[in-house]
Amino acid sequence: MADGRWNVAIDSGTCIGSGVCAGTSPKYFKLDGGYGTPVADEVDADDEVVTAAESCPMEAILVREVGTDKVIAPLD
Amino acid sequence: MTTVDRGACPYPFSEAQGLELDPEYGRLRDNGELARVRMPYGGEAWMATSYEDVKTVLGDPRFSRAATLGADVPRMMPLIQNETNLLTMDPPDHSRLRKLVAKAFTMRRIEMLRPRAQEVVDGLLDDIEAQGPPADLVEGLALPLPITMICELLGVPYEDRDKFRAWSDAALAFNAFTLEEIQAGRDGLREYLAGLVAQRREQPTDDLLGVLVQARDEEDRLSEAELVQFGVTLLVAGHETTANQTGNFLFTLLSTPHLLRDLRENPELLNPAIEEMLRMTPLGTAAGFPRIATEDVVLSGTLVRAGEAVMTQLASANRDGGVFDHGDEIDFHRENNPHIAFGHGVHHCLGAQLARLELQVAVGSVLNRFPDLRFAVPVEEVPFKTGRLIRGLRALPVTW
Ligand code: HEM
Ligand code: SF4
Repeated sequence: MADGRWNVAIDSGTCIGSGVCAGTSPKYFKLDGGYGTPVADEVDADDEVVTAAESCPMEAILVREVGTDKVIAPLD
Repeated sequence: MTTVDRGACPYPFSEAQGLELDPEYGRLRDNGELARVRMPYGGEAWMATSYEDVKTVLGDPRFSRAATLGADVPRMMPLIQNETNLLTMDPPDHSRLRKLVAKAFTMRRIEMLRPRAQEVVDGLLDDIEAQGPPADLVEGLALPLPITMICELLGVPYEDRDKFRAWSDAALAFNAFTLEEIQAGRDGLREYLAGLVAQRREQPTDDLLGVLVQARDEEDRLSEAELVQFGVTLLVAGHETTANQTGNFLFTLLSTPHLLRDLRENPELLNPAIEEMLRMTPLGTAAGFPRIATEDVVLSGTLVRAGEAVMTQLASANRDGGVFDHGDEIDFHRENNPHIAFGHGVHHCLGAQLARLELQVAVGSVLNRFPDLRFAVPVEEVPFKTGRLIRGLRALPVTW
């Protein structure tokens, strides 16, 4: 269902370093100095990114469509 | 790498006393040792005690919880865990389930429940005040708050609390109950939740159980057993933990006058104080749920082979001097507190924000309401439960 390119960003001020994102999707997220960081800022659309973003307890992970800036996650 | 076989140490090192952490954990951690222990059930395991090792075991996908399901693994609990729940799954199955409810537990959504938590606590404190001193803050506050909150979120009738409390108490026992009682507790919870699920098929609801039933029936996103055990996990985890920690935190404050004074004089320290007590209060009587290495991994210079079990001690990780200055001391003014009392990685506590909310509101309000709060019995007589997975008070008799 997902296609196109996505931009992945983590608000480091909001992240509490839970490690949920990196554990859920090591392909797209890692921990750096105890805080969540995207492995790459721009990725091919993949539902796994949304799953990880939606699992963040702080909603610190923002996924947007490249070009349009449409928010892919988190959605209400 | 360690080659000498020092022999496994019988575990637990000692029976848990109050909120004390056996000094052996700190000794092992400070020696940089990965301990070898003989668990009460299932044989020998490794034991991680340092911040770094514990975080690795909890966060690294080379350690599996799913591999413990239905297996006679080294563990504290007498029965083999043979029911699938969030805590016995690895990604991607775990992610599939967790994301069904993750949204309901985000910081933002939980903050919306703050007025309700305050209202519940105010009502409970009104009752306590009306009945006059002495009072038991376990029955009067610590238990009813989290039970009310999780019942309302899940859609479990509050009137049934005596029933599910008894099952849950038995289900989480080491040796406080017989095997038959422990099994009966687990069966009771499963049948009870299955009944609530069935009701929702007759009459849909928009509580969390209703959301899960819909995810199963309309979208086939989880199995029937997963659905029922999800409900059990949320109900049990949602009240046992916070209820016990509320009592434990109040015990710490009332038995440590300088901490109580500090918090009373600086009420803006409430949230950091809760974080600091989360860091320092061992919730478990012993090390947590085992993980199985799926590949060879080196921890603290010791080779853990694929297939071997590793236990984690969060409480000693939380006092690791490499991360926390004067780590064995409670300090509400601590600047940096990256504790892992809620775990780490995919199983990081789903209810962490809810637990924080409940602890903040309960502890903050009780101190406000009763400026002269103190134990109603000598501190040595405040009774702790024994023989269970979780530490906590049997009662907290106070006066004011
Ligand atoms: C002070 C209170 C609490 C503490 C200290 C605590 C601690 C923890 C810890 C350490 C874990 C991870 C266990 C592991 O990885 O082996 C965990 C998991 C969990 N907790 Fe909590 N908890 C608390 C309150 C709550 C509450 C109020 C809920 C309500 C829903 C809750 C629900 C859960 C669930 C569902 C899991 C499993 C998560 C998963 O496997 O993905 N907890 N908790
Ligand atoms: S899940 Fe969220 S809070 Fe946790 S490490 Fe990732 S970005 Fe940070």
